[in-house]
Amino acid sequence: MLTLQCPYCGVMADETELHAEGEAHIKRFGPGSSDEDFETYLFERKNPKGVHFERWRHTGGCGKFFHAARSTMTLEVYGTYPAQTLEPPKELIDAIKAKHPDWEGYK
Amino acid sequence: MSTRLAQGGRLIDRSKAMEFTFNGKRMTGYAGDTLAAALLGAGQTLVGRSFKYHRPRGILASGSEEPNALVHLGEGARFEPDQRVTTTELFDGLTCTSQNHWPSLEFDVGAINNKFSRFLTAGFYYKTFMFPRVAWEKLFEPIVRQSAGLGQVPKERDADRYEHFYAHVDVLVVGGGVAGLAAARSAASTGAKVLLIEQTNHWGGRAVVDGGEIDGMPVEGWVNKAVEELENMANVTIRTRIMGAGVYDHGYATGYERVADHTPGDGRPRHRLWRIRAKQIVTATGAIERPLSFAGNDIPGVMLAGALRDYIVNWGVSAGDRVVVVTNNDDAYRTALAVKAAGLNVPMILDARAEAGGPLADAAREAGIRVEAGKGIAKVHGGKKVTGVSVCAQAGEGASLEEIKCDAVAMSGGWSPVVHLWSHCGGKLIWDVEQAHFRPDPDRAPTSHDGAAFVVTAGSATGALSLADVMADAHAAGKVAGKAAGGKTSSKAAPEVAPETMQPIEPVWVMPQGAGPDKRMKMWLDFQNDVKVSDVQLAAREGYESVEHTKRYTTLGMANDQGKLSNINGLAILSDALSQEIPATGTTTFRPPYNPISFGAIAGEARGELFQPVRQTPMHAWHAEAGAYFEPVGHWYRPYCYPKSGETHEQAVNREVLNTRENLGLLDASTLGKLVVKGPDAGKFLDMMYTNMMSNLAVGKCRYGLMCSENGFLSDDGVVARIDEDTWLCHTTSGGADRIHAWMEDWLQCEWWDWNVYVANVTEQLAQVAVVGPNARKVLEKLNDQAGGGMDLSAEALPFMQWRDGKIGNFDARAYRISFSGELSYEIAVPASQGRAFWDALLDAGGEFGVMPYGTECLHIMRAEKGFIMIGDETDGTVIPQDLGLNWAISKKKEDFMGKRAQSRSHMTDPDRWKLVGLETLDGSVIPDGAYAVGEGVNANGQKNVIGRVTSTYYSPTLKKGIAMGLVKHGPDRMGEVIGFPTVDGSNTVVKAKIVSPVFYDPEGEKQNV
Ligand SMILES: [Zn+2]
Repeated sequence: MLTLQCPYCGVMADETELHAEGEAHIKRFGPGSSDEDFETYLFERKNPKGVHFERWRHTGGCGKFFHAARSTMTLEVYGTYPAQTLEPPKELIDAIKAKHPDWEGYK
Repeated sequence: MSTRLAQGGRLIDRSKAMEFTFNGKRMTGYAGDTLAAALLGAGQTLVGRSFKYHRPRGILASGSEEPNALVHLGEGARFEPDQRVTTTELFDGLTCTSQNHWPSLEFDVGAINNKFSRFLTAGFYYKTFMFPRVAWEKLFEPIVRQSAGLGQVPKERDADRYEHFYAHVDVLVVGGGVAGLAAARSAASTGAKVLLIEQTNHWGGRAVVDGGEIDGMPVEGWVNKAVEELENMANVTIRTRIMGAGVYDHGYATGYERVADHTPGDGRPRHRLWRIRAKQIVTATGAIERPLSFAGNDIPGVMLAGALRDYIVNWGVSAGDRVVVVTNNDDAYRTALAVKAAGLNVPMILDARAEAGGPLADAAREAGIRVEAGKGIAKVHGGKKVTGVSVCAQAGEGASLEEIKCDAVAMSGGWSPVVHLWSHCGGKLIWDVEQAHFRPDPDRAPTSHDGAAFVVTAGSATGALSLADVMADAHAAGKVAGKAAGGKTSSKAAPEVAPETMQPIEPVWVMPQGAGPDKRMKMWLDFQNDVKVSDVQLAAREGYESVEHTKRYTTLGMANDQGKLSNINGLAILSDALSQEIPATGTTTFRPPYNPISFGAIAGEARGELFQPVRQTPMHAWHAEAGAYFEPVGHWYRPYCYPKSGETHEQAVNREVLNTRENLGLLDASTLGKLVVKGPDAGKFLDMMYTNMMSNLAVGKCRYGLMCSENGFLSDDGVVARIDEDTWLCHTTSGGADRIHAWMEDWLQCEWWDWNVYVANVTEQLAQVAVVGPNARKVLEKLNDQAGGGMDLSAEALPFMQWRDGKIGNFDARAYRISFSGELSYEIAVPASQGRAFWDALLDAGGEFGVMPYGTECLHIMRAEKGFIMIGDETDGTVIPQDLGLNWAISKKKEDFMGKRAQSRSHMTDPDRWKLVGLETLDGSVIPDGAYAVGEGVNANGQKNVIGRVTSTYYSPTLKKGIAMGLVKHGPDRMGEVIGFPTVDGSNTVVKAKIVSPVFYDPEGEKQNV
């Protein structure tokens, strides 16, 4: 059962007070978008063995959505950060790369 | 035969005798006994039958690795099957019966399977399914039925209660043997907050039985001192009767506390599940002894050497008068010495190793015990109990060298560290060739959220086998854990133990090593499931090379002990058969819980009324007093109807519908979701959330709105009211408020975080009553007349689809002229604190107008009569608003809204999509709920093609006939056509229904607009 630190209220939250909200940094495609882009937006999700960026919500706490970078293999959490961003913070990317030189990087 | 010795038994109190029964037979034990010790003490060596062959089974072990001795424990509401006698504490009045036999333990018909054992080999179940069906039905099933099942299922509701307990600590130490005590002491010396748990009711583990000295004291003295020391430390909690059940991600662990198993019915919860979050976990879980594989190793009287010693030392119980000891390591010599010290006979120690030297062997010889090196057991004699053994050379094929009479055999195949908790969360193992066991690989520990190791092993769980090594390892482990959990560096000295010399183990997987097939068919690996050496070898021959496959094919390790006892033996046999090293075979996966735990403990308090939270409206008590029949809606409890004396629910519902249409009905609508959406960008935001336009709604007016997912599917609906320039109030479905609130928050926080909008869920702040029917206005005006309320409720002042704030009677009200019934209707919200008084006042004033409350079923019927859709009936997550003829509620002007892009996908615009229509049966009957309409032709599976389905179906008391709504292919273009709905009740009939408009009642909408 995971623990993630909520970047808003600072609580080291137990998984029971969190709700998983799927992959992070999905770009929305709306009216006018191509079928291909829209299909990607709706249905295509990464399933990496290793570093993954996810959305979580502190449902049993402050109610905020936030992002977490975590290994799907070891469950190591590299960091959590607020949801109001289009991509992960550079410091986090650098920290992950330092730990995993072979990591293909955030795309 | 086993018996109670005249003296000894460090754990029992001979002054406190306890009565119990086994299969109805009265027996006596002592306080401090396990049920196993008490049974053996009473001379009961036969305790059960094996699963497949119904072979006689005796007690093999003294701990949770026991595979055989499972009983039905207790009676009635405290009956429980599969209870392990070795981990059951005796109490006065205990009753138990043996399992898996018929008609009796002594004479068992099922044992005939034993004769068929040739046919019941590995993969029996798989193979029989490949035979013709008739062979299964006539031949195999009767045999399998006879042997299937172990314990019986309880018939009564559990009388006990259970609870959860949460603990947050720096260091959790699992296991209260000398290693756990030492680790807890050294961890505590770093200042860390320590929790030490022990699964039995006593401290010290095996070391007390094995002997030796720590810090110059006998082990037992050191244990008592260590416990006292820990009890007096403010940063330490120590608890017995808690088993470390599982280790999970990020330092989460569960402990299974057997609070009152030994004091049933004393009012305490029976079990308590500890939910522990620890920064570091020390597993001081000890080691489990392995059996040896020789022919007849399953006959009652053959016992693990360590267990036989435990029964003598801990409980003063002997397994037999003449005990043959057979071993491949030094430890079993301690058993021989213990037997001898108890005044009993050890005719021979058979040591499979080529040489039998070292201090323990010397001690045995000095005690006058005959020690034979390079020898083993060719065969154990006996049926329901051991009568003797044939001695052979370990190196040979099993020719008998000597026959020895004995009534017990103590066997030891070496010790395997208990690695379960280490492995639960990803800790890896290495094969230790010297010690012939898997042990934790300290370089590949389970890791936590920070990527650092969070489990460390201590003592024999690490693979340390001598007392000196155990204490040194455990002391170091505790310090490491304390430090890693944030403690300070500790200089506390390790307990002192003199080193000892031991002769190395020699792995023995088959005894004798050249045993032929007849012997291998009698060498048990899994004693409960009847898996033998020959079965694993057969599986390997048939191509089962993966250990996980072999496990499932043979059922090795799938019994209650989950392979604790002898999985390693099975792996070794498999490796040998595949001509590979043991590490190449690997182990099966260790999964929590370590031992079975009760479902009650998992459920905790979440049972009966406490199963989940119940939400009640401010008027709930009135409904209950009025005898309402409730139904759950989300977490809410809502009145389904209010049956009067002698009325069926159906009659009550029909009465409520007619009365509301003719006079006056009141509905408690407080459960409706109410979200306030406020801010400069609120209008823009709601235009994205709803399919229709909300930004242009005038202040004071209401509009029905639809919400879709990004897939385009209809997700929720409700009436939206514009409160002021930057405030809207959005009604959601009763079950949908939290979900829609979260959905709005998601978009506001994660997509349009620069929009100035705030959403508040005010559902529980307001009580809401739907005042419905031709007399609705009259009752409200009467309230005003009585108490001088000022709100003008006339059609001119408050027209349909508008709302007003003001006083109605004495109440602070917001009145919405909206209708879900087609009648004149006001939905009136008052502060929750005024809800009950408002409800009472309406009932009071409504007497002269024929007021009656109505429930959710009446609401459903009235909306169906009007052709209004219901989320969850007409929608199921695959239905778009266009399917429901709701195009009028989908804005064509807006560039974007949730679901707009999806609704232009090719499948969504397919003209063949099923669309909403009304359905009227030709004979006036009610179409069965969920019925499908069939059309021409058949599909690829030869089933009739379906062309539609019923989404809502009711008897309409207003129209005195069945009405329904459904989704039908090309439905709106087929008005007047008759389609058929085959029934599935076995009557083989087809209900014929005409396609009509879904609006059955007052199609012009005149009644609601007066
Ligand atoms: Zn938070």
